[in-house]
Amino acid sequence: MSVAAPRPVSIPPVAARRRRTDRIMRGVLLVMTLIALVPLVLVVYYLLKQGLGAISWDFFTTDPTGRFLGDPGGIRSAIIGTILIVGLATLIAVPIGIGVALYLVEYGKKSWFAQAVRYFVDVMTGVPSIVFGLFIYIVLVLTGVGGTFAGWKGSVALALLGLPIVTRSAEVVLALVPNSLREAALALGAPRWRVVFRIVLPTALPGLITGSLLAVARAAGETAPLLFTAFAVNGTTWDLGQQMNSLPIQIFNDVRQPQANIVERAWGAALTLVAMILILTLIARAIQRRSRYA
Amino acid sequence: MSTEPGEVREEERTRPTVATPSPLRTPEAPRAAAHVQSHARTVVLEGLHAYYGDTHAVRGVSITFAANEVTAMIGPSGCGKSTVVRCINRMHEEIPGARTEGRILLDDKDIHAKDVDVVSVRRVIGMVFQKPNPFPTMSIYDNVAAGLRLSGQRGNFKERVEQSLVGAGLWEEVKDRLGAPGIGLSGGQQQRLCIARTIAVEPEVVIMDEPASALDPISTLKIEELVQELKKRFTIIIVTHNMQQAARVADKTAFMLSGELIEFGPTDKLFTNPDKKETEDYVTGKFG
Repeated sequence: MSVAAPRPVSIPPVAARRRRTDRIMRGVLLVMTLIALVPLVLVVYYLLKQGLGAISWDFFTTDPTGRFLGDPGGIRSAIIGTILIVGLATLIAVPIGIGVALYLVEYGKKSWFAQAVRYFVDVMTGVPSIVFGLFIYIVLVLTGVGGTFAGWKGSVALALLGLPIVTRSAEVVLALVPNSLREAALALGAPRWRVVFRIVLPTALPGLITGSLLAVARAAGETAPLLFTAFAVNGTTWDLGQQMNSLPIQIFNDVRQPQANIVERAWGAALTLVAMILILTLIARAIQRRSRYA
Repeated sequence: MSTEPGEVREEERTRPTVATPSPLRTPEAPRAAAHVQSHARTVVLEGLHAYYGDTHAVRGVSITFAANEVTAMIGPSGCGKSTVVRCINRMHEEIPGARTEGRILLDDKDIHAKDVDVVSVRRVIGMVFQKPNPFPTMSIYDNVAAGLRLSGQRGNFKERVEQSLVGAGLWEEVKDRLGAPGIGLSGGQQQRLCIARTIAVEPEVVIMDEPASALDPISTLKIEELVQELKKRFTIIIVTHNMQQAARVADKTAFMLSGELIEFGPTDKLFTNPDKKETEDYVTGKFG
C-alpha cells in the first residue's frame, strides 16, 4: 500500500425527500394503530361505565330471581356454571390436544397422515363456534343421551372448539424444544417415550400451560356452543348432568329484556366475564415469562 | 452386561454384551475402585456406508477402534467423520431418510443384528455432543442421574453421581451446589457435566463429537486431560477438526476425505510420516 493523499470522508446527510417519506409513513402507521385502539378503548369504557354500577357483593352471591319486576338477583349461578363447564372442557381438550401435538411433533413429523391431521386441525380452528353447538345438539341433545340439555354437553362443545387451538399452540411449543436435548437423551439409552415424558414435556411445560390457558380463555367467552347444549336455568347447580347457567348465556338473555335493571345485570356479567378472562391471560403471560423456550 | 464390578476384565470381554437384556449394574452394588475398572470394548467398522436419503455421506469405511485407546477422527468439514461416529451408536438412523450399510461390531457382536435393541446399544456406546446440552429443566445432580433415570432405574444415585462428577473432573467445582440448575454452569463446565452424564450410565465406548469446539482454550485443555483419564476405562472415539488436539490426545488417528477413509494409523506416524499424499497435504495445512 502506497501512502496516498488523505481522502475526505464522504457521508452525506439524509436526503430531504427520504426524510419526508419517513415522516409520512410513520404518521400513517401511527394513525392506523390509533384507529385499531378506538374500539378496544370504547369496549372497556362502556363495560366499566355500565357494568360497575351493577357490581356489588349481592351481585356475586345471589342467583337470578327470574322475576320481571323488582329485584332481578345476581349472577352466582352463571359464574359457577361457567367455571364448571369450562373446567370440564379444559379437562377434555387439554390432554387430547397436547397428545395430538406430541404425536405430530415426535412421531408423525412429515408423514402424510400427520400432514392431514395438521390440515384438519387448521380447518377446525376456522369452524364457527355455533357449528360445534349445533353438532352437539344433534349428536347428544336430540338423541337424549343422559337427558336433554346438560352442562357436560356444553363442555363437550367447548372442548371441540378449544381442541384445535390447544393442539396448534402445543405443536409450536413442542417443536421449539431443541433437538439436541432429544439427541442427548436418546444417546443416553433412553426409550423414545421416556424422552418425550421426562425431557420434552417438562422442557415445554410453561409454553404448554400458556397455550392451554389462552384456549380456555377463548372458550370461556363463547355463547353459541352453550345456547342449545347447556341451556340456562336461574338456580345454582353443581351437577354437570343438569341444565346449567353460564355467563355468556346470562348476558345473552338479559340484554334482550326491556327492564333497565336486567340490562344492567348483563353489563355487570360482561364485566365479570372479561375480568375472569383477563386474569387467565395474565397468569398465562406470567408463566410464559418464566420459561426459557417459547 | 450383568457384570459385577469386581469381576476380571478379560473374562468379561469374551462375552457378547449388547443383546443381554439387563445392561446395567444395580446402583446399590459396591462401587469401590470402580473408576479404575475398565469395561472398554473394541469397535470394528467393516465397510460402513451411510446415506442421508440420496446423499452417500460415508463410502466404505473400515476401522478398528481399540479398547482403552483414544482414536481421533480428523478431516475437513463435511467429510463424514461425524456421520461415522453417529452410526456407531445408531444415532444416525434417527434422521429421517438416513440409513447405513456394512457392519459395526462391538467386540464380536453386530450392533445392527436383529436381536439387538437400539436402546441398549446406546447405553453401551455413550456420546458427548459438540454443543454442551445439559437438560435445562434439571439440576446438576439430576442431569448426571438423568441417564440412569431415563433407562428406568430408581433409587438413590448419590454415590454414582459423585463418582461420575469426579470422573469428569467437575466434582470440586460443583459439590456445594448440586441442586443448582445445570445450565447455570459455564460452557466448559456444562460440557464436563455432559461427560459426567454420559459416564454415569457406565458405557463401554464413549464417542465425542467435537467436544471442545465450542469451548475456550482452558476448558479445552481440561477436556483433553479428561480424555486421557477416561481412556483407562473406556474406548474413546473423538471427532475433531483441530489437528493439534488430535495430536495431543489420540493414540491413533483416522483421516477422512469426501466420505472415504484415506489413512488410519498411529497418530505420530499420521502426522509426521503419512503414507498418502492427501493426508500429508491436510496435516500440513495445504487444504481444509
